[in-house]
Amino acid sequence: MPAKKTSSQTFLLFALFAVLAVLALFPFYCLALASFKPSKELLRYGLNIKLQPELLSFHNYSFIFSAGAAKYMDWYKNSAIVTVVYTIGCLLLSSMVGYGLAMYRFVGRNVLFVFVLLVMMIPVEMIMLPLYKQMIAFNLIDSFGGVILPFVVSPLPIFFFRQFAAGLPRDFLDAGRIDGCTEYGIFFKIFVPLMAPAFGAMAIVQSLASWNSFVWPLIVLNSGDKLTLPIGLASLVTPYGNNYDILIAGSVLAIVPIMLVFIFFQRFFVSGLTVGGVKG
Amino acid sequence: MKSNWLYSQRIAPYVFVLPFVLSLAVFFLYPMASTLLMSFQEVLPGQTHFIGWGNYKSMAHDDSFYAALWNSTRYTLWTLVVLIPLPLVLAALLNSARMKWSSFFRSALFVPTLTSVVVAGIVFRLVFGSLDDSVMNQIRHLFGLQTINWMGSSATGMFVLVVLATWRFVGINIVYFLSALQTIPGELYESAEIDGANTWHKFKSITLPLLKPVAIYVITISIYGGYSMFTESFMLWNGNRSPNDIGLTMIGLLYRNGVEQNNLGLGSAIGVALLGTMMVLNLVALQFFGLFKKEE
Repeated sequence: MPAKKTSSQTFLLFALFAVLAVLALFPFYCLALASFKPSKELLRYGLNIKLQPELLSFHNYSFIFSAGAAKYMDWYKNSAIVTVVYTIGCLLLSSMVGYGLAMYRFVGRNVLFVFVLLVMMIPVEMIMLPLYKQMIAFNLIDSFGGVILPFVVSPLPIFFFRQFAAGLPRDFLDAGRIDGCTEYGIFFKIFVPLMAPAFGAMAIVQSLASWNSFVWPLIVLNSGDKLTLPIGLASLVTPYGNNYDILIAGSVLAIVPIMLVFIFFQRFFVSGLTVGGVKG
Repeated sequence: MKSNWLYSQRIAPYVFVLPFVLSLAVFFLYPMASTLLMSFQEVLPGQTHFIGWGNYKSMAHDDSFYAALWNSTRYTLWTLVVLIPLPLVLAALLNSARMKWSSFFRSALFVPTLTSVVVAGIVFRLVFGSLDDSVMNQIRHLFGLQTINWMGSSATGMFVLVVLATWRFVGINIVYFLSALQTIPGELYESAEIDGANTWHKFKSITLPLLKPVAIYVITISIYGGYSMFTESFMLWNGNRSPNDIGLTMIGLLYRNGVEQNNLGLGSAIGVALLGTMMVLNLVALQFFGLFKKEE
């Protein structure tokens, strides 16, 4: 451990991080503040940093839950559906692949693993156009299937599950075989429970990625009632700013679930998001 | 043993990896090959044909291409300059200090990473609005400066993009560096102290070299992230429409040509050029940071 710090040094450090924390949280304050101000006010004058208590009201929130903002609730529902289906599919399939790569020696294993790393390294945006063409051919444009299917088997969770499974004792595999389990029974009954922490980390990281995902859904989805939340919100952004009520309060509601999950499952975030960063 | 061959130990591994094999073939290898092929084609419904280097030529004669390349390169360089040293130092400080609230500070800096770019863009549009009451203009007024239209010029627009990137990624990069710092054994620092090393010497001779692997990882993802930046610009400039292309990025150009104008050939050529750029830059960066040198 480094040498003991004097109390004045510690205080300076504390002050530095306090300032940084305020800066990091400042945009959230601005968003929350804007969500309580009348949209006309924002449009005409911009967001005043002052509280202006006489202007604050819950009007934007009551509007967003009213029939006039029904499309917003559609988007919220769509995002929830896509996120849940994607995350379940991704966890099931990626854990199978990662486990297979870690537990078995078979012809082609190393080549496949190299491909996992390769896919991880090529940005999705690169193959956006041919994928778009493919979705047209598969008749999956403007459907949730088109949003989910191309990325449901994802390299990062495969890598994560492989690393995790490689650290588990192979004795369980032999023990399962002696007990008469099938190869798949061994996976589902013995190893899936053992990989619970990996499932936790990946559930959070993948559902976060899906909830926030923008570019691919932007390309696949186009009718108003099918949009997911980020695309729906982005579609409200116009130079005329005439949708500020739904836009701002809707943004607040869009980050609420993420913040709740973060508060309760913080440690999973760190282990899931730093995959590949250390050792790799 | 089950008689069904699907259950045999020889076949089971292939069943486990089958989802990846299928997805790799259909949603990766085929599109990669297809995009390479299309970059040499004029893609029209029913009458697609080869035009050789035509798409690359029209890309090279397009001013938007150079604007996009310049913007993406500038953005990537700024994120490297800001988002490697700053989080590294902050992580070292957080790691060394026995400070009250340090886990709160870490969380506070990390929270922006979780926010979607769309929501972040909406907030930054308000904060960096062009009106007198917009937050950053109010701050300018405190220093006696005038209201400006932040997204109206190339320099201030880039500034907003870099501030946005810094806000979003400082926290996650701190987490990367912290996780590496925590694997450095404390005895190393203790023996350095016995040899009379001060804080700076310890940082330079122990911390920095041992952080090299994670630093290389962060540099690599920053180069990829920088060049594939799109949503930020899409949100700040009303859906990819910035005046004189001051906010246009490479992916923005690809989206404009490939999706909005449905020119898949030209869009593919832009994609291939982008991938080439990123791979060359990564090789240069790795060479520069000595990944290919033998570890001493």
